[in-house]
Amino acid sequence: MNLTLHVWRQNGPADEGRFVTYRVEGASAHMSFLEMLDHLNEQLIKKGEDPIAFDSDCREGICGMCGFMINGEPHGPLPATTVCQLHMRHYQDGDELWLEPWRAAGFPVIKDLVVDRSAFDRIIAAGGYISVRTGSAPEANSTRVPKINADAAMDAAECIACGACVAACPNASAMLFTAAKVAHLALLPQGQPERYLRVVEMVNQQDADFGHCTNHGACQNACPKAISTDYIAMLNGDLRRAKFRRPTDLD
Amino acid sequence: MRRVLSLWDSSVGKKIVMAVTGLILILFVLGHAFGNLKVYQGREAFNHYAEGLRAFGAPLLAPSQALWLVRIVLIVSVVLHIWAGVQLNLRSRAMRPRAYRKYQHLEFAFASRTMFWGGLLIFAFVTYHLLDFTFGPANPSFVRSDPYHNFVASFQVPWIAGAYILAMIPLGFHLYHGFWSMLQTLGANNPRYNVYRRPTALVLAWAIFLVNISFPLAVQLGFVR
Ligand code: FES
Repeated sequence: MNLTLHVWRQNGPADEGRFVTYRVEGASAHMSFLEMLDHLNEQLIKKGEDPIAFDSDCREGICGMCGFMINGEPHGPLPATTVCQLHMRHYQDGDELWLEPWRAAGFPVIKDLVVDRSAFDRIIAAGGYISVRTGSAPEANSTRVPKINADAAMDAAECIACGACVAACPNASAMLFTAAKVAHLALLPQGQPERYLRVVEMVNQQDADFGHCTNHGACQNACPKAISTDYIAMLNGDLRRAKFRRPTDLD
Repeated sequence: MRRVLSLWDSSVGKKIVMAVTGLILILFVLGHAFGNLKVYQGREAFNHYAEGLRAFGAPLLAPSQALWLVRIVLIVSVVLHIWAGVQLNLRSRAMRPRAYRKYQHLEFAFASRTMFWGGLLIFAFVTYHLLDFTFGPANPSFVRSDPYHNFVASFQVPWIAGAYILAMIPLGFHLYHGFWSMLQTLGANNPRYNVYRRPTALVLAWAIFLVNISFPLAVQLGFVR
């Protein structure tokens, strides 16, 4: 199949950036979207041009490295699918596609479609951990977790930190990411001691780099792991409790 | 206390302020629409109701004391609601310095996109509304002691009636997203009740919209004169 791609090209963080139009010829419907870009890049390299930079690692939808906008949708049009798992059979011969990096102040462009997501690392460093005594491994079954909590924590922990939520959000807010990371610990016994301190610190850090959540819900619809905005409600509830409750592990 | 005040420092905290003040304003809008239904019982009932609002709380409170208490709560709510909203909005705008060339709207509902400009429109409307019925200068023939007369005098003018009806559209959207959003922000998220949140917001928004537009319509159609 043949395609027309308008790809955002930007040589570095300081470069202005622009769209460049490419003709992709001879792509196969069996290719993943990234393989189609590999195919285009091979042609570019042969012509002595600079290949398009994009992130990827596992290419099986579990690492969170890949991701860019296709026609204004993070990871393209398929629900709950990363761009590495999106296949060209969902497109038609002759389609015209616009590829853009995530656009957010918190995600500066490094090159072309690659953005710097260290702002997410800073949110995790602010509180996305638990403190445990190291040494011999504890007996796995000594801390019991209700099934319903284990399931909900697992659903939140599915977040692969790709950044699609920020990219889709009209406010460029990372609240879904933050909420998923807060929730998967808040739902488990191991996360309790630092629960309220964690939510305050992580929200403060998210506010430093990203916009606020106005409950648009675009994040949930864009999320390749279909993480629910219910976790944002949970985060809001925890933050409220952190501010109004008698100080326990706070202050 | 310092911890509670630090709500203002976090975006979620500011939204909690918006949610609580929003809830106060929703309750007011509900009470306001319900109270005004008295206009259908005629001049006497309506004016009596208006007078009753001033007398409310007697004999414990002096005339208008309760009314002013409510007004102060409302004014503070409006100020905080707008202040937090504008601050958050300006900040979030700055968080996407370069717009997308292509952008699909993936939001749950269109209403969420109307909150900022819709909110400002509602504020402009409320200002006009106060000048019309509370203070009088915008009313075609204001008589302080006869709210029923003011009501009819204003809504008899076609463009005023039309403007009031139009103003209810952003209000409806604002209530629809605002009510649902308020529950979400206050963390009222229970799997058992979540399915009712959207429908409740929808019923609330439609109810307010329909009751409120019925007033100018009733005057225009001659049911209330
Ligand atoms: S490359 Fe790992 S999720 Fe796409």
